[in-house]
Amino acid sequence: MSKGLNKKFHLADNIFDTPDQVPARNGYGEGVVEAGEADENVVVLCCDLTESTRNAKFKETFPNRFVEIGIAEQNMAGIAAGMAFSGKIPYISSYATFSPGRNWDQIRVSICYSMANVKIMGAHAGISVGPDGATHQAMEDVAITRCLPNLTVIVPSDYWETKKAAVAIAGIKSPVYMRFGREKIPVITTEKTPFQIGRADTYRDGKDVTIISCGSLVYEALIAAQKLSDDGIDARVINSHTIKPIDEKAIIKAANETGAIVTAEEHQVHGGLGSAVAEVVAKYSPVPMEYVAMMDRFGESGEPNELMHKFGLDSKGIIKAVKNVLKRK
Amino acid sequence: MAVTDTQIEYLEDMATHIREDIIIMLEKAGSGHSAGSLGTADIFSTLYFHIMKHDPKNPDWDERDKFVLSNAHICPVLYATLAEAGYYPKKEITTLRKLGSRLQGHPHRGALPGLEASGGPLAQGISIAAGMAIAANINKKRTKVYCMVGDGEMNEGQIWEALMFIGKNRLHNFTLIVDRNNIQIDGFTEDVMPLEPLKDKLSSFGFHVIEVDGHNIRRLIEAFEETIFEKPKVLLAHTIPGKGVDFMEFKPEWHGKPPNKEEAEKAISELEELRSLGGKITCEHE
Repeated sequence: MSKGLNKKFHLADNIFDTPDQVPARNGYGEGVVEAGEADENVVVLCCDLTESTRNAKFKETFPNRFVEIGIAEQNMAGIAAGMAFSGKIPYISSYATFSPGRNWDQIRVSICYSMANVKIMGAHAGISVGPDGATHQAMEDVAITRCLPNLTVIVPSDYWETKKAAVAIAGIKSPVYMRFGREKIPVITTEKTPFQIGRADTYRDGKDVTIISCGSLVYEALIAAQKLSDDGIDARVINSHTIKPIDEKAIIKAANETGAIVTAEEHQVHGGLGSAVAEVVAKYSPVPMEYVAMMDRFGESGEPNELMHKFGLDSKGIIKAVKNVLKRK
Repeated sequence: MAVTDTQIEYLEDMATHIREDIIIMLEKAGSGHSAGSLGTADIFSTLYFHIMKHDPKNPDWDERDKFVLSNAHICPVLYATLAEAGYYPKKEITTLRKLGSRLQGHPHRGALPGLEASGGPLAQGISIAAGMAIAANINKKRTKVYCMVGDGEMNEGQIWEALMFIGKNRLHNFTLIVDRNNIQIDGFTEDVMPLEPLKDKLSSFGFHVIEVDGHNIRRLIEAFEETIFEKPKVLLAHTIPGKGVDFMEFKPEWHGKPPNKEEAEKAISELEELRSLGGKITCEHE
């Protein structure tokens, strides 16, 4: 365990050598079953992707509470709203490119405008879905959900956090969008790591610069901070798993105390975590910022790690951004 | 159970009240959809004052039947009906589309008692209604769900997604009412995007389809009460856009505009005359 990690988060001991590798979607699949056990009103709706969205266990455990919609994401959003108005807590699942990509209007009016208690699960999000190519790489989903009133947006960083979030969202009576990827990613948190919707967690303290990240990039941020410390740069690392409502306090504190911010996310540069952080920074405490994100272009086919490296969505990209932002500090 | 002539007269009279309310609220609002609202008043009267189990004093009553307006731009007819039923004070109808009003230009669930869904973008209501119907089955409730769609609205793909779902799940507690008035904004439905043979299409999705004159309340009641075991139902309701106000009937230009003061006065006097005749509306589809 490296020095500098905030002990109260009980992060995994093996982060910096050989972290466990588990897809975040597995955390969702287990979490939704747990939510279902805790509340009989939890139901799952799926668009012909039961196995890959990790809903098979829920379907097997609660066959009468699983609704197959077929390949019809718009209909799924509406049916979920109707079920929510009847006291149910529907979790709706598809790939993020299709839901919220394809049914945004339904999410806006049937769900958000009506305060329908629907949990929207965007699976296979990000460029790491790989070989399927740009059409299936959801890189805009946070932008198009973050702008919707009443909607909470969560991008958990690993298996455990996704599992905890899947359970926690059942407890809030409003719509939620949560996205997670397909690939195995390092498990950086543990069962004991606290998780609270809306609170950004400072995993590593630092005074020179702050790296605010979400999803798969939180691990890369920790690695980057570790390497930067060798160069004498003391980087703070914040996991901002909740994009909306964003934790303004943590951001303002970071801006005031470190004077420079880098955001890192597996999403387009426009409208995602970076934009959300910039909105706060610009209003309360303007400091130089750099963004690690997809730079306003579509992805392409390739292996997940090849793509993450090609587009700079890794610790190297973060280190480069940190050095750039420090020059402007 | 046989319906008495007195009951029919009451429902016809109620439909006329609803039409008068529609004219009043649209004239005050200065914008909104006249033709479809007037054209479906008889269906709304039948549903809310005879068919549906509901309690305006207890809008969230757990055992109630539910109605979802998918072609939500004709919400003046729904607002008028809810006012007549006592869901909210009738004087509020003049606030339609005005700042701070509970009567939004298109329905906002939660704003006004009795609104089961928000609506506006077409075809969303049918999916919501389908969700209510399947939830009722899961919850083992005897709730019946009614949903109205416009015929032009059936251009939307989501309608057919929902029809497939309702058919597959044999949602026998689901009744769809198609407002078949043959008109949409750009002209006649069969010119803009043909729907025929609509009855065959709906049957092929697993629905029990009943074609009915949307202005004949006795026939509407019979159609609503007819059930086929384990099948969802469609009332293919033939209506006349603008029905009840002579100068608006069959005129596509009244789809999306309100009457001005003078036109409203003329419309009201026509409707009053209609009421003095016992509310009888002639049925051209007989």
